[in-house]
Amino acid sequence: MKSHNKVIEVENLVKRFGDFTANDNLTFDVYEGEVFGFLGANGAGKTTAMRILCGLSRPTSGKILVAGWDAATHPEDIKKNIGYMSQKFSLYEDMTVKENIRFYGGIYGLSRNEVKTKITEMIEKVGIGGLENKLIRELPIGWKQKLAFAVAIFHDPKIVFLDEPTGGVDPFTRRQFWSMIYDAAKSGITVFVTTHYMDEAEYCDRVSIMDEGKIVALDTPENLKKMYGVSTMNDVFIKIVRPELI
Amino acid sequence: MNNEIYIHIDKISKSYGNVQALDQISLDIKKNELFGFIGPDGAGKTSLFRILTTLILPNSGNATIDGYDTVKDYKMLRKNIGYMPGKFSLYQDLTVEENLNFFASVFGAKLKDNYYLIESIYKHLEPFKKRRAAKLSGGMKQKLALCCALIHKPDLLVLDEPTTGVDAVSRYEFWIMLKNLRENGITILVSTPYMDEASLCDRVALMQNGKIMIVDTPQAIVANYPYKLFAAKSIHKSDLISLLEIDPRIRSAFAFGETIHITLANEKLPITQLESDLKLKITDLTIQATEANIEDCFLMMGTNYEKS
Repeated sequence: MKSHNKVIEVENLVKRFGDFTANDNLTFDVYEGEVFGFLGANGAGKTTAMRILCGLSRPTSGKILVAGWDAATHPEDIKKNIGYMSQKFSLYEDMTVKENIRFYGGIYGLSRNEVKTKITEMIEKVGIGGLENKLIRELPIGWKQKLAFAVAIFHDPKIVFLDEPTGGVDPFTRRQFWSMIYDAAKSGITVFVTTHYMDEAEYCDRVSIMDEGKIVALDTPENLKKMYGVSTMNDVFIKIVRPELI
Repeated sequence: MNNEIYIHIDKISKSYGNVQALDQISLDIKKNELFGFIGPDGAGKTSLFRILTTLILPNSGNATIDGYDTVKDYKMLRKNIGYMPGKFSLYQDLTVEENLNFFASVFGAKLKDNYYLIESIYKHLEPFKKRRAAKLSGGMKQKLALCCALIHKPDLLVLDEPTTGVDAVSRYEFWIMLKNLRENGITILVSTPYMDEASLCDRVALMQNGKIMIVDTPQAIVANYPYKLFAAKSIHKSDLISLLEIDPRIRSAFAFGETIHITLANEKLPITQLESDLKLKITDLTIQATEANIEDCFLMMGTNYEKS
């Protein structure tokens, strides 16, 4: 654990859609500077919970504090304090690298000078010097995702939410992406990440696993493997979600 | 599986503007193979599948399926191919049942004649047969799309990234379904960005940047990994990887779950010596010999393998 300051506090989160309970009494905390893996089978309720934590949807009941703000009453303040990226949507394809950065800078309320400094900084960090004026759709997916991540933490948010950020990314770039995640966490940004790559679950400080709307396991990868008597997170996952397969 | 060549791909190239999606791809696939195309987004998998399914034309080169040319004989081929695109492409406002009947009738097939092929998959969908496709979960959409691609009993099934975005357990179950389909004599081409799925195929092509790097059985690919491979482990993983990256005795170092896979610049170096040296800095370090997997091989064949 990186710190004892809680940046996400979730107590008895319930979200219902009609008769269907998507999130069934979730309770967990995430600490400052932590890389927190949010795993689960398709349909387990991860996206619903993540949307509430990002201020995009309201809980049916429960007490949820994100970066100190209540998700039920202050979603707009949450949005100002977080970054978000997903595999499905990250940057505008028909705008150039520079235009995207400027656009997001504007959204986050950065000054023209701040944006300038950030552009130089990011181009160096992501290693795409010379490509500033290329359209996003012309970039290989790996660079796109690295750039999208850099943009998502551009305004130094307290927390960054990453929804399957490495889907379809080649194995080399996937590892570079994770080294960017570690750098962000070292600088104090809390990283909340979902993935279907079980080796990436091992890179998280702590991991929660959801099944049918509930959190059924939450601990360090080391402890989870010990607890379930297996050697990989893949086996932990299978044992929890579909024990009859082992 | 017999050894008859079923699909013959000869020097196929395809570009979109300045982007070379496929660069002189040649490959033979046998009848009744479960053949995997493994590679990241942008490798060219979808372009190759669209050429084979007669949906786009190559810039050069040609391909035949069961002797039929994918350009000249496209009408003939379309009757015998089942294609599941990467993007969900069924009718969202038709129900499960209506989609299935629609696809059967388009191909002039009778649902009841070929039902045996899809029965084991469709039984999971049966309780929801009156539900519109738009209202299905991701896993169920995937099963329905597979049923619709199969309902005319094709000789060739082409599945473009059927498991992308699917959780590890559902992915495993999907592969069991494919193995069962193969028993019915169907040849199956499947693409995936998940390296760990390679081991479930009869043979695989590892693809990157429009090229095929290698074609072989997954067992042969890992058996031919040319270096001695070791797994280094410490609870201080990020310190360890930084240390390995600057050590000139290390040729490559890549994180693999809780360990770091390393190869040596000079393979004669006793690993125990390296281990005891590095232990001075990282006291809980252990280094053990390990077996390469497909991802190790993929990284080795890529351009970024050796540290710059």
